[in-house]
Amino acid sequence: MKRASRFEKNAATREPRWVKGLLLFLSLSFFGFFLLLPLISVFAQALHKGWEVYLKAIFEPDALTAIKLSLTVALIAVPLNLVFGVAAAWAITKFDFKWKQLLITLIDLPFSVSPVIAGLVYVLVFGAQGWLGRGLAEHNIKIIFAVPGIVLATLFVTFPLVARELIPLMEAQGREEEEAATVLGANGWQTLWKVTLPNIKWGLLYGVILCNARAMGEFGAVSVVSGHIRGYTNTIPLHVEILYNEYNFAAAFAMASILALLALLTLAIKTYIEWHLRLETESKPLSMEANNETDL
Amino acid sequence: MFSSFVTNIIAYELHKDFKKGALVKLKISTILITSLLSFGATISFSPPCLADAELLNVSYDPTRELYQEFNTSFIEYWKKTTGEVVLVKQSHGGSGKQARAVLDGLEADVVTLALAYDIDILQEKNLVKKDWQKRLKFNSAPYTSTIVFLVRKGNPKGIKDWNDLVKPGIEVITPNPKTSGGARWNYLAAWAYALKQKDGTEATAKDFVKKLFANVKVLDSGARGATTTFTERGIGDVLISWENEAYLAVKELGPEKYEIITPSLSILAEPSVSLVDTVVDKKGTRKVATAYLKYLYSKEGQEIAGKHYYRPRDTQIAAKYTKQFAKVKLITIDKVFGGWKKAQKTHFNDGGIFDEIIIK
Amino acid sequence: MKPNETMLRIRKPTRNNQLFPGFGLSLGFTLVYLALIVLIPLSAVVLKASTLNASAFWETVTAPRLLASYRLSFGAALMAGLINSIFGLMLAWVLVRYNFFGKKLVDSLIDLPFALPTAVTGIALASLYSKNGWVGRYLEPLGLKVAFTPLGILMALIFIGLPFVVRTVQPILEDLELEYEEAASSLGATRWQTFRFVILPTLFPAILTGFALAFARSVGEYGSVIFIAGNIPLVSEITPLIIITKLEQYDTAGATAIAVVMLFISLLLLLLINGLQAWTAKRTGRNL
Repeated sequence: MKRASRFEKNAATREPRWVKGLLLFLSLSFFGFFLLLPLISVFAQALHKGWEVYLKAIFEPDALTAIKLSLTVALIAVPLNLVFGVAAAWAITKFDFKWKQLLITLIDLPFSVSPVIAGLVYVLVFGAQGWLGRGLAEHNIKIIFAVPGIVLATLFVTFPLVARELIPLMEAQGREEEEAATVLGANGWQTLWKVTLPNIKWGLLYGVILCNARAMGEFGAVSVVSGHIRGYTNTIPLHVEILYNEYNFAAAFAMASILALLALLTLAIKTYIEWHLRLETESKPLSMEANNETDL
Repeated sequence: MFSSFVTNIIAYELHKDFKKGALVKLKISTILITSLLSFGATISFSPPCLADAELLNVSYDPTRELYQEFNTSFIEYWKKTTGEVVLVKQSHGGSGKQARAVLDGLEADVVTLALAYDIDILQEKNLVKKDWQKRLKFNSAPYTSTIVFLVRKGNPKGIKDWNDLVKPGIEVITPNPKTSGGARWNYLAAWAYALKQKDGTEATAKDFVKKLFANVKVLDSGARGATTTFTERGIGDVLISWENEAYLAVKELGPEKYEIITPSLSILAEPSVSLVDTVVDKKGTRKVATAYLKYLYSKEGQEIAGKHYYRPRDTQIAAKYTKQFAKVKLITIDKVFGGWKKAQKTHFNDGGIFDEIIIK
Repeated sequence: MKPNETMLRIRKPTRNNQLFPGFGLSLGFTLVYLALIVLIPLSAVVLKASTLNASAFWETVTAPRLLASYRLSFGAALMAGLINSIFGLMLAWVLVRYNFFGKKLVDSLIDLPFALPTAVTGIALASLYSKNGWVGRYLEPLGLKVAFTPLGILMALIFIGLPFVVRTVQPILEDLELEYEEAASSLGATRWQTFRFVILPTLFPAILTGFALAFARSVGEYGSVIFIAGNIPLVSEITPLIIITKLEQYDTAGATAIAVVMLFISLLLLLLINGLQAWTAKRTGRNL
């Protein structure tokens, strides 16, 4: 065990040793059993035929197109949801209006909608039998079973992520700083750029990280609208499924491990940022007020 | 809401410290415009096509390996005879799911599905012409297959025929007939077996199939999923499967682990193929798509089918592969069940016999 | 002891909306984007389902297989939510209050289920718990079958729901003022009493929110469940699978009818969650 935490130093907030031990044991075994073990098994199965097979699976042309497609989709979906998130959070936290709670609930809705339904809705709108199907076919515009459909489905499932990241953060920060900026004569964009965004950038970044991970990892909704054309409309998760169905288990888990690695990488970035900033604040004990003024 | 779980940590640990950090020079408008433009680009921009023609073959699950080889062979053949470069794209999935995707606008030039019923659906919606089944030889089914059993090596449960599957304690794996074309053939083969027994009637057949499904432990949605459950997960004593799927599993996953048992009676499974008329006319690919399907009937096509454990139609090629397949008495769906439409309606539609059997 | 009263922050008086610019632009963009990506597509489902008449709709959504699947989907999601509430609270506690080897790693990995594709989760769990898997091989001889039974569904749902409870409880716990515990302790309360009567009531709304979030996500879960469920009608068939089944039988109207029922339930759940959050905000003076 490392040094005691501030809670353990304080007699009032310290548990008996055995309670601490029991809690640590229970929660960590739960963690290990339900979270760590499945993760390890992904890597174990990816590597059980050796590094050569692993690398070959990743650099195979169809795998590369799947990776490229997933990146493209994320590159489109994440910025769109980022801008939406900032706009929605701005409207919701800086102003008071009727039906605000309903708006928040609707923004949350995609989160609790089954991915199967998320895919289905776009088929109903853009499918050949759907609302816009005929018109789209006449103009030879392909939405579903093509990249735009995959982007739409991804937008849907990642819709609330950035907004919901920012709303509580901006709510907690209040409106004072923006008000001060406005009083000092900054216009709306200046206030947004120079006051709000610097204040929320880490929340924003984490929202983007989550949004990106989810965008690349979405399976259910994308599966409905993809058409599964090998080498063309397969994203990484769909390629995993294909490889798995071809008895190519090692390769399937190799592709899956890329996504797990991506998740780990984003978590590492998060940790790095935290560490870096702690370092920064320790080395330069400037008061934030002073700094804010220079920013303005 | 839910993302707040992470924000809070960040927010409370960090936001106070971060206010003094350097400004992030994000240009939101630039981001927005770029991503909107690239989104637009994905709609209008189709990658430069190096091929003269492009075909999309939408097929069912177990044919992946077959068409991978067949496509290579066809591309070569087409280059040799016409000098044109053709690109063949593949899509695989459950037969019903694939037919629905085509219905919803997946632009398949040809469909090569597990059963005629799924193409009949396309015909009903006028994507395929009425006489589609007459356009090619042998009911538009260039190769056939049948239903067999895959058991564990040494056949520890002594499974020889259909009646062994309904014995208590036998664990059966089959996909769900509601979602899998192959599973519908499985179900009908079992039904036909019971019907053809001495004193067999509709009632005894229903009872037989009911007992069979009471022994089913996992109902996967597709044929490949069922095979994986049986082989990789080690669930079940017997897998009811396409013949080609069973042979492939033995070849891929180990002849030392599994054995194929051919029952005394099975069904002639005819996986059907067709052009999708609306698509080939729109894309102007009728000629090459027709050639693609015809090539399935050629010596080369039949050879490839045989190699992938489908039963070739061509008598010469079939003779070559005859020792690969066990002899089995085969009934046809038209004779016993009055065709796919009727079978689908009586057995598999909502409220059909399969539902009754499952609900008990 | 009423810690909540003192924790209640003084709410700022409502500001004049005119003070800030950009209300029309930001709200307008939000609404248009919301309508385009979420509301219009979702209304397609409702409209398609309305092609069924009332009795056909009712019959579709109350068929025996569906009733069994609701019981399964909701029951398993409820169980998973409860288990995650207990262990999620424990994990959050351990992460906030103790220092131990590998704490940073554990803290980071909590988010993993959120980022891992559901199909991968399903395949990984099925291979772990089937009878030749790392875990299944020890459970099977004990007569405990996990893969391809409702228990397997529970495992998958626990996996995907865990981050929600931990991540809603953790920040509240972190922010908890020590004075209350010190006061309780100096007034002679045991550690357990302090936890039971001082800490738990403060955490409770967060736990409830985390539970509701995990529940909402679990009910509609598809990818990870189908690989491990067994999918036997009436036993281990989840509601989203029935939607897929209907679709593959070309019964779009039937599929959308079930989708509408699920949508309705999702919306109710969310209203409940947001109500809870409003309540929490009132009690503790902060937003979740």
